[in-house]
Amino acid sequence: MSHNGPMDGITALAGLAASDASLRRFLHGLPGVDEVGARARADVLASRSIKTDSKRQAIDLAISMIDLTTLEGQDTPGKVRALCAKASRPGFGAPPVAAVCVYPDLVPAAVAGVAGTGIKVASVATAFPSGRAALDVKLADVKSAVAAGADEVDMVIDRGAFLSGRYLTVFEEIVAVRASCGDAHLKVILETGELGTLDSVRRASWLAMLAGADFIKTSTGKVAPAATLPVTLVMLEAVRDFAAAGGRRIGVKPAGGIRTAKDAIRYLVLVNETAGEPWLDPAFFRIGASSLLNDLLMQRARMETGRYAGPDYMTVD
Amino acid sequence: MSAAAAMPESGAPDGADRLAVRKTYKLYIGGAFPRSESGRSYVVRDPAGGFLANAALASRKDARDAVVAARKAFAGWSGATAYNRGQVLYRVAELLEGRRAQFAEEVRLTSGAPLREALEEVDAAVDRWVWYAGWADKIAQVRGGANPVAGPYFNFSLPEPAGVVAVLAPQDGPGSALLGLVSVLAPAIVGGSTAVVVASERHPLPAVTLSEVLATSDVPGGVVNVLTGRVAEIAPWLASHMDVNAIDLAGALGAPGALADDLAVAAAENLKRVLRLPAADWAADPGVERMFGYLETKTVWHPMGT
Repeated sequence: MSHNGPMDGITALAGLAASDASLRRFLHGLPGVDEVGARARADVLASRSIKTDSKRQAIDLAISMIDLTTLEGQDTPGKVRALCAKASRPGFGAPPVAAVCVYPDLVPAAVAGVAGTGIKVASVATAFPSGRAALDVKLADVKSAVAAGADEVDMVIDRGAFLSGRYLTVFEEIVAVRASCGDAHLKVILETGELGTLDSVRRASWLAMLAGADFIKTSTGKVAPAATLPVTLVMLEAVRDFAAAGGRRIGVKPAGGIRTAKDAIRYLVLVNETAGEPWLDPAFFRIGASSLLNDLLMQRARMETGRYAGPDYMTVD
Repeated sequence: MSAAAAMPESGAPDGADRLAVRKTYKLYIGGAFPRSESGRSYVVRDPAGGFLANAALASRKDARDAVVAARKAFAGWSGATAYNRGQVLYRVAELLEGRRAQFAEEVRLTSGAPLREALEEVDAAVDRWVWYAGWADKIAQVRGGANPVAGPYFNFSLPEPAGVVAVLAPQDGPGSALLGLVSVLAPAIVGGSTAVVVASERHPLPAVTLSEVLATSDVPGGVVNVLTGRVAEIAPWLASHMDVNAIDLAGALGAPGALADDLAVAAAENLKRVLRLPAADWAADPGVERMFGYLETKTVWHPMGT
């Protein structure tokens, strides 16, 4: 394998996992990211104006892409039931969301809550959010979530290993989790807020994709900064290049810190302009959020009723 | 100074031919002074048609932003102790007093009244503000109370602020520009509500200066938000806004058509408190009706024990 970048064809990448050294050669051979350029590009796209009918469509699309999330220590089966009810019928004529995302022990409550609606159940696993546990503990975490009926598993990578250059450790861990997932989709959380640079984000994206991720996800939501437009831009470029090099089409999920309809629409513009229209689909782009849904619904209510909506008329969770 | 005076366009040192500074004022939202989202402004003129300044022409989106700012500020302002709110408002009165000359000049220019009357209006406005500031820690005693009930309970009625209040400031008439403005704004915020004020369209300068006073006072940003522009354009969005809890129609009473009626109907959708008091003589004793109009009564039953 030469290290001329990703365009050598994905089939040739199969041998990469041979050693730390070969992975390092490949990942460090990826072109560097121009941070200032990425930020400027994200800013330009963020200033695009989406109005009236386009806005209406964008709001509904964004709602249908939400992974409605509750990841709090005080979560209860009752709260998850309420979340599922809101996920399937958000109100104001809005379409259902894509998935609900909960901790593994609450997967049974979520599965019961969304039964018959087509909404997926996603579960975080692998000692979320830090990922600091022994591999067999992480795998047991994944297996319990899948056994309880999770359709999607959100794992975290070992940032410590990644940042100290032990790429093979990270790679093999993702492969092992992938194997434990069975039929469930695997989303790999890079926790970009801890990766430091956009170069690292690009490397982590490729590493996760090569190891078998179905989705790459920005953050746990427990670390600031969480999802940002430039980080998402780099990840979208990575999935685009991966597909162009003959790989599968991988999804992207920004999560954390996306709270307003305006933010969400900016992400949709970014997806359309970076990865392209095939990614404007809940199967390939998700937004991990909890409070975002209420803001999207308020915008929808404003367009339906012609009056500004208020949070007093939305559910709290 | 001498170098500047020597430049031809600076004119004579006595300032007679000095180049005029043609001010363009902005809005006051969330403690900041943004331009209108729409980018629009309009010319403010004196009664004789002379140029006074440019003011921002607020749009519905500015009103929306102002409501968001007011809502954000509500928890802190309503959660402050009544005594603290009173002290903060007294401090505003001190700052108003310090700008006495500027306010008087603006009132004089905008209304055409002689300077002596303008000064009287400013003094009355400062006194009015002090009067309302004094009410801050007395509202609960006067308006609340302990109720006798037939059972082993204490029963209290507690006045609580309504929330976000849209205040349509009086548009025209004697004493409306500053005294009228203070007379509708102070009662809204003294009880702990936060306000979005739509200033008089033709006489916005005292409102702009008042917002500069508030920005340099201890009143937290967002407690008072000041929009300048057309009442008929902005008020319907505030009246129908589901996150606004009360509206004072003072500025819509004299409007053409049935604006006040339309606003009251729009306000009914989320059961806003609608204050539609008859056009007032602003110099007269204001009474407590406005101030108490922005209060909700919470009744608490507390077991006595045994």
